[in-house]
Amino acid sequence: MSTTTIEIKTALDTMLKPNPHVGKQSSVEVTDYNNRQTVGKITVDHPKMICRGVNVYYGEKHALKNVGIDIGANEVIAFIGPSGCGKSTFLRCLNRMNDTIPVCRVVGQIKLDNDDIYDKSIDVVQLRARVGMVFQKPNPFPKSIYENVAYGPRIHGMVNTKPELDDLVRASLERAGLIKEVEKRLEEPGTSLSGGQQQRLCIARAIAVDPEVILMDEPCSALDPIATAKIEELIDELREKYTIVIVTHSMQQAARVSQRTAYFHLGDLIEVGETDQIFTNPKHKLTEDYITGRFG
Amino acid sequence: MAISHDAHTVKQFDLQLANLRNLVLEMGGLVEDQIKRAIKALDEEDMTAAREVIARDRLINGMQVKIDEDCISLIALRQPVSSDLRTVMALFNTVSELERIGDGTKKVARMTIQIYDGVSSPPSARLLRDVTPMAELAAEMLHNGLDALVRLDVEKALHIIRSDDDLDQEFQSALRRLITYMMEDSRTIGHAINVIFIIKALERIGDHCKNIAEHIVYLVEGKNIQQRRNLDMSLATFAQEKQQEQEP
Repeated sequence: MSTTTIEIKTALDTMLKPNPHVGKQSSVEVTDYNNRQTVGKITVDHPKMICRGVNVYYGEKHALKNVGIDIGANEVIAFIGPSGCGKSTFLRCLNRMNDTIPVCRVVGQIKLDNDDIYDKSIDVVQLRARVGMVFQKPNPFPKSIYENVAYGPRIHGMVNTKPELDDLVRASLERAGLIKEVEKRLEEPGTSLSGGQQQRLCIARAIAVDPEVILMDEPCSALDPIATAKIEELIDELREKYTIVIVTHSMQQAARVSQRTAYFHLGDLIEVGETDQIFTNPKHKLTEDYITGRFG
Repeated sequence: MAISHDAHTVKQFDLQLANLRNLVLEMGGLVEDQIKRAIKALDEEDMTAAREVIARDRLINGMQVKIDEDCISLIALRQPVSSDLRTVMALFNTVSELERIGDGTKKVARMTIQIYDGVSSPPSARLLRDVTPMAELAAEMLHNGLDALVRLDVEKALHIIRSDDDLDQEFQSALRRLITYMMEDSRTIGHAINVIFIIKALERIGDHCKNIAEHIVYLVEGKNIQQRRNLDMSLATFAQEKQQEQEP
């Protein structure tokens, strides 16, 4: 027999024989929170946010069940899943937007760096400056383009003089890829811009207060493909400086912009993994069925 | 995650995938038939049959073009992911292997015509003794390959990978024998070289069958065991993971 034959034979034999070196632990890391299992590695080497045992209740309804996941620094992580799966609910937990809903109750631990964001000592306004948010529909303030961006830094007392504020507004608009289109019309109302421009204005407004994490809740669902492409390009550029969490219904978008993807289903976090792995070889049948369009 | 057998919400997608798979299998059947015809033509010294094999290769090439187009349009229109994407890619790659196997059979037919050209005296039987067993092994590998593709049978695919080593060994020993004959009697050189081309073509057919088997493993398991130098590693890792999956 040739060496290769012997090698293959050995491999095949290994397959058939029980291997004493392999314990019960599976090749994929399985996290057990009260018997619910998330498939895939939920931890990362450099976490920006650490979430463990997160449960959300809307009154009696248990909307999110024992979600545990790390959000890595300077990564884009996409949350996907069918409507009502809890992905937006979880996103809103990350900067306590759920506090505004009276019947909503959040249990569990969410840490930003080392701070428990649900701790009593945490100032929610400060938290939301650190964890900014961009919504599904562009929602500029009914003010000028300039004022839309200047509002945050002003109320947070980030600048002292007008020239400083001017610079910050310009820099934010530049980072959001909007400056060329608006530099001659900064005093015009934000609502005069097109949908895609308004959304980039909202991103400029979010980054003006120099956040660490940006949450995006279906930021492109109201935009045309060209505006969508611009936002996606922007997301890729922003990743250098910020951590981005994006909820999207477009799986292609999740595949295009994110490095990691998390799949939610009926309030459970089913699978987390490298985006590449999730879209070529998911481990969980529910993930497979959802991304291949077998969800019925 | 292995292949999901549930239906897609969009039924047209299922239909297109099924059509694609059927076309590939039809092409596979055609290629399998070509091997048998080519070897029969050689055995029976049948020039007409050999010319027919050469002519029929166009059919196979035409099918490859058609299937390639179908794969590309499926990717463009359906954006398959996960097991669907692996299916399309595995079928796409399998088709190019099948086309090359077709070329191999054409080569056997060409050499048959050259050997029995009527100008030189026909070769002695001992020069051709290794051809039939090698052809049978190659045909069996292809048959098993197509079978494994239908059943998505990884065990069978791994068996084919192993069979390829047998075929390689057959080729090496046949080559040694032919060299001996050539050294003994230089008049055999002309025919022996043609026979070497034939057995080389058969050995290559085996390689393509092995590649098909690897595409099947990729399709089912999502694991690439293609790199020869990594084969031992991948098979061992693969075996380990498989075993872990089976454990409760």
